[in-house]
Amino acid sequence: MSSIPAQAPAVPQSRAGRRAPVAWVGTLPFLGYVGVFLLWPTGIVVVDGLKTPAGRWTLSGLSALGSPAVRGYFIGSFKLALISAVIGAVLGAILAYCIASGNPDGLIRRLYLSGSGVLAQFGGVALAFAFLTTIGPTTGVLLHAGWYYDFPLGITLIYVYFQIPLMVLVFLPAIDGLKIQWREASASLGASTWQYWRYVGGPLLAPAFSGAALLLFANALSAFATIQAWENQVAYTVPQQISTALSSEVGLSNINYADALALGMVIMVAIVMTGYALLQRRAARWLR
Amino acid sequence: MEGLSRRYGQVVALDRLDLTVRPGELVVLLGPSGCGKTTTLRLLAGLEDADAGQINVGGRDITHLPANKRDMGMVFQAYSLFPHMTVLENVAFGLRLRRIGRAARMRRARQMLDLVGLSQQADRYAHQISGGQQQRVALARALAIEPQVLLLDEPLSALDAKVRAQLRDEIRRIQLEVGITTLFVTHDQEEALAIADRVGVMRDGHLEQLGSPLEVYSRPATSFVAEFVGLTNRLAGEVRSPGTVTVRGCGLPLVDPGVPAGPVVALVRPEAVSVASNGAGSDGVPGDSPDGAGGGPLEGTVIATTFLGAVSRITVDLGDTTVMAQVPTADASALPAGSRVRLTIRPDPVLVASGSQS
Amino acid sequence: MASLTSLASLGEATTATPDGRPRGLRTRQRRRLNVFRYLVFTVFGLFFLVPLLAMIRFSLQGSRAGSWSLAAWRQIASYQGTGVPPLISAVEITLELAVITSVVMLMLLVPTMIWIRLRVQWISRLFEFLCLLPLTIPAIVLVVGLGPVYNRIQHYNLSALMLFWVYVVLALPYAYRALAAGLNTLDVRTLSEAARSLGAGWLTVMLRVIVPNMWQAILNSLLLTWALVLGEFTIAYLLLYENLQVELYSISRNTPNAGVLFSTSAASLIFAFLLLLVLSFVGRRRSRG
Repeated sequence: MSSIPAQAPAVPQSRAGRRAPVAWVGTLPFLGYVGVFLLWPTGIVVVDGLKTPAGRWTLSGLSALGSPAVRGYFIGSFKLALISAVIGAVLGAILAYCIASGNPDGLIRRLYLSGSGVLAQFGGVALAFAFLTTIGPTTGVLLHAGWYYDFPLGITLIYVYFQIPLMVLVFLPAIDGLKIQWREASASLGASTWQYWRYVGGPLLAPAFSGAALLLFANALSAFATIQAWENQVAYTVPQQISTALSSEVGLSNINYADALALGMVIMVAIVMTGYALLQRRAARWLR
Repeated sequence: MEGLSRRYGQVVALDRLDLTVRPGELVVLLGPSGCGKTTTLRLLAGLEDADAGQINVGGRDITHLPANKRDMGMVFQAYSLFPHMTVLENVAFGLRLRRIGRAARMRRARQMLDLVGLSQQADRYAHQISGGQQQRVALARALAIEPQVLLLDEPLSALDAKVRAQLRDEIRRIQLEVGITTLFVTHDQEEALAIADRVGVMRDGHLEQLGSPLEVYSRPATSFVAEFVGLTNRLAGEVRSPGTVTVRGCGLPLVDPGVPAGPVVALVRPEAVSVASNGAGSDGVPGDSPDGAGGGPLEGTVIATTFLGAVSRITVDLGDTTVMAQVPTADASALPAGSRVRLTIRPDPVLVASGSQS
Repeated sequence: MASLTSLASLGEATTATPDGRPRGLRTRQRRRLNVFRYLVFTVFGLFFLVPLLAMIRFSLQGSRAGSWSLAAWRQIASYQGTGVPPLISAVEITLELAVITSVVMLMLLVPTMIWIRLRVQWISRLFEFLCLLPLTIPAIVLVVGLGPVYNRIQHYNLSALMLFWVYVVLALPYAYRALAAGLNTLDVRTLSEAARSLGAGWLTVMLRVIVPNMWQAILNSLLLTWALVLGEFTIAYLLLYENLQVELYSISRNTPNAGVLFSTSAASLIFAFLLLLVLSFVGRRRSRG
């Protein structure tokens, strides 16, 4: 059995009888890469968030998170994320259902899926510009919305714009996973459409829906580019505050402040994503 | 069902089908894929709309009734159990829809599970039980609501052979015990013949023949039925006098005396062919051949023997064609590959393949 | 439980529908559903299109209200804002970054994933977790921790192309999912065993047997990576590099209504959308072939 690392050019095969224990070496390049550029920075954040500027371990960084100002940022993030996630989830689910119940090879499905793929990821700065031209107070083509710069109203609308496509991308597979046989079986047993959704379709989709909603929530929590382009003078959310902390001129203490904020974010997002993962597992078992 | 028709765009799935099922009867619709058997079932269930025709159950016209108002139980080919409910809950589902109290419906559900022999699995989920067990649950679920008619859409096709045979007999036993009118769709002719009261052979949206398994097998109405159900030998022959076809020196009566003179392809069942060893001299009595001895055209060499249990199938090379014969295994073992043999054809009425007359 | 029913007896007559067209419940239900669907598609379609159209309209704005001009689009190549590098250089850098990131991502992921499926299955749980981890660690957090790492790199005064290191990490979850979907449709094990029994070495198995069957998944992952790189702002901004999005942002801070902002944004969005659309067509044709 040969045991060559995956990426090396062909190495003369050895007839050593060793198998799995050595083969994992082939994943080292990947592990190394991820270790340096993902795990290490995260580790730095976690560790430095718990240290003073002088280098000693402390929880004072975390207690700074308790200050009213900081609480305000977290609440702001939370509010924005919650509203945009809920609206995005519900509207996205409706759109996903409409796509799923159509021709699987049809043009509409292809259009909407490609569109969702782009819009879900591509938000960022361009999106803020687009909305500026649509409903900006002075420049809006559609209307001049005085509430455009209000928090959370204006920015929520923009967030919803990329939350809906994300929902479609994440939730559509679940709807596709509903087998026709279930619908037909329940009909033959006497269930009306409403009864089907209440007893079969709904419960089956519930985990996937909640999971997707959680994903949307985490997504909104982490978003930075769009809100920064929308309004960069006032910080409403945690990412914005982190950015301010990083780019401010005041000394080293702010690095730890940024770390603490980042740590807070990590905890929030980690909790949400765990919930998402668990729900996904359940959904996958039923809707594979 | 009267005059049922259904088309999908240009394709005619069903063409004016007429079919009556008697109370308590198990009718099997048999045919190759695309013949319309599944369409018929789904039309009956209300899962598809008919383009023309009428469906009556118990004297009532139900053609316009939606699927969930028809009183039928249906078993699908696979995947029809609700994954988020236990086996018991699945079976009780139809009852829950009818607002039957929890205690009563659980009791009834357990009854049904006993009927199909799965009481032990009541609290399991679909993904935790085998395919055969899933189909039993599906059956229990369909029967729990005491429907007027039971519909089965190729319920055994997704299972492996051993389970298939077992479950097939189970289904028949349960059907007889419950006494429910049943329509069963399959492409497996062995299945069909084994359990049906009557078999309907379908092709291209038409019913080719409807009759008991014995009828369909031994007196096929058309050559399609003859070739689809059971094995058939196709032998070149000639019609010289009306009502008789001469095949390889034997005269065989025809099912249809009106076949015009000329060359035809006769359809002969393997069990109508018997095999005898042919020594160097022609001392073996050929048997019933009405044309007398001189069985040159029926002499050949054994190519292969297929062991089928009590009987075996011997393939014989006659020089210009091969013939399958079915003989008791004990006899077959005396005729290994390479033996020279002589065949005899029993004078049962035979069909000719349609389109073979010029 | 005896159910004594009989279906009506045979009839000779064909009962044709009076108007000859398919009637029936399911057709009606289907039609109602379709009305709803098309309504939904129209509403959402408008919602998504209007801002984009508004932006395009804006980008075609001439000097006087109501007039049209392609000035903003031509400026993409020539724009030079105050205090920022020329726009076109940011575009170039971003495109180059996209290419480098894609290549590195593929080289990192494809062999590793295949290898894991073939020889090291027990790691696949861990691997999946690591690949999806970037979804949980927001870019904003990553950049806080990356500061020190990148400071060290900055020492050597390298260009913004160094961003590719972290972009690959960002792209991991999306690329992983796309590639995994492709690999799942193949029986990697059997294919490789068949190839090996015919004498192929591991590299051949990978390059000649498995990868050719993964084209669609690879294309998919490439596209997602590209979309990500083209749209990335947070990390570049906070690490003080000038990629496309950061450039646009800087321009907008100085001249908030510069037409070039809108033309560039529109251009990149349209570009990404067309790419994805093409991919979806390519995919279908292959699967039917």
